[in-house]
Amino acid sequence: MAKLELRNVVKRFGDRTVCAGIDLDVEEGQMVCLIGASGAGKSTLLRCINLLETIEDGEIFLDGNDISIPGLDPQSVRASIGMVFQSFNLFPHMTALENAMLAPRRVRGLSRADLLPEVEDLFRRFDLADRMHNYPDQLSGGQQQRVAIVRALAMRPEVMLFDEITSALDPQLVGEVLDVLLALKKQGMTMVLATHEMGFARQAADKVCFLKDGRIIEEGPPSTLFEAPKLAETKAFLARALK
Amino acid sequence: MNDKKAAGLTRRQRYDIQQKRRALLVASASTVFVVVALVVLVPLTPGWEKVQKSFFNGAVLAKTFPRLLEAFKINVMIFAWSAPAIAVLGLLIALARDAKSPALFPLRIFGAAFTDVFRGVPVVLTVYLIGFGIPGLGLPRPWNSPYIWGSLALILTYSAYVAEIFRSGIDSVHQSQRSAALSLGLSERQTMRDVILPQAIRNVVPSQMNMLIALQKDVSLLSFIGPVEIFRQAGVFKSLLASFTPYVGAAIIFLVVTIPATRYADYLMARQTRERS
Repeated sequence: MAKLELRNVVKRFGDRTVCAGIDLDVEEGQMVCLIGASGAGKSTLLRCINLLETIEDGEIFLDGNDISIPGLDPQSVRASIGMVFQSFNLFPHMTALENAMLAPRRVRGLSRADLLPEVEDLFRRFDLADRMHNYPDQLSGGQQQRVAIVRALAMRPEVMLFDEITSALDPQLVGEVLDVLLALKKQGMTMVLATHEMGFARQAADKVCFLKDGRIIEEGPPSTLFEAPKLAETKAFLARALK
Repeated sequence: MNDKKAAGLTRRQRYDIQQKRRALLVASASTVFVVVALVVLVPLTPGWEKVQKSFFNGAVLAKTFPRLLEAFKINVMIFAWSAPAIAVLGLLIALARDAKSPALFPLRIFGAAFTDVFRGVPVVLTVYLIGFGIPGLGLPRPWNSPYIWGSLALILTYSAYVAEIFRSGIDSVHQSQRSAALSLGLSERQTMRDVILPQAIRNVVPSQMNMLIALQKDVSLLSFIGPVEIFRQAGVFKSLLASFTPYVGAAIIFLVVTIPATRYADYLMARQTRERS
């Protein structure tokens, strides 16, 4: 059984169909990269998995449990699926540490004192120990994004979603964030990424899915998809993206 | 070429200095002109002597000022208990208007009606209707006090405005903050309380400061229903001494409070604009 399973997921905004029947299996510990032009539906798909958007049709299973049942309380699902955004979205009125502690305190019901060792350890592990007490606007983009990852990890999620997390960063800061993803992969985290970093997807992904007009039209291991794409659309996209 | 080296300035810098000098000269000249015109021309008006005696009478001012200051304490007192009540009620109304749960639909309607009504009626009218109307029910002391019902009128009116400002503050917090909070597993309520509201409130502090300044002045409207606050006290002196100078004294006392407060609000506003850019 796959850790995360999507069956015929359909999402519309008004008349516009953004996800037009998406099937996807993500195995435990796998890193899956979604690639495709802007507007292909990558980000919306991630938001649907995290129940930030409700889907019009289809099912999403986490560990075999349908999490897309209409009327299901999304809170418990979101607590076990972490998400990191392109624009970091740290809470500007809280320090890095408070950002990371808020949700575990409120949702897992732990006290600050109980949480502190665990969260401090996360900050140390991602080389942010000296930044814990800074506010977001005192941090570089790369640091902010790493804090956002720590914040999501503090909930001990089983699956992590990353929505173009390096797109808003200066090129020289991209590396430090991608290194974090590699470290998470090594620890066996199950991850789904929407990304424009083709080099990274090629090197690190277990599976790459090419989306066009709300559908996955080609998928496979990076070696096949990048070296020998079957469809003309995939070839054309890669030719442009890798230029 | 030699000139430029000697001055150590580029031609742009020399031009800017020249422009600045010119601007200073024009500003000084026009200020002097206006002041001279006022000082010379106003006393030439036919009624000046009478106005001076009635409005700017030093002896009357000295005599009435301490009592005016005393009466101003009542303004401060009414302000002091109204302002926190307005902050709380305003926030509650703002939250009620944004309530999403269908069970709270009546609250939403109530919130909308509340802001419509109290923003739509002149403050002085609300003060009259509530200040005379409710004691008219024949309530026993102290429940017939105009202090209570006058304050309530101010609280209701100002809460309506303050609620709208809080709402604009809530809207000013970007959607992505909500997404981030929800994605961590926080409930709608926790998201509002821990993430949205702290930012929203901070964003509207300068606007709310301006509401406080307006409230400080509008406390005087309670004079119409009884309390002898500073405006009413000045009126009493006017009748007693047949002089308008007490009103000028009252105005001075207001300005001493409101000008620093206004400057501070402007400073907060400017700082916020800087931070956002």
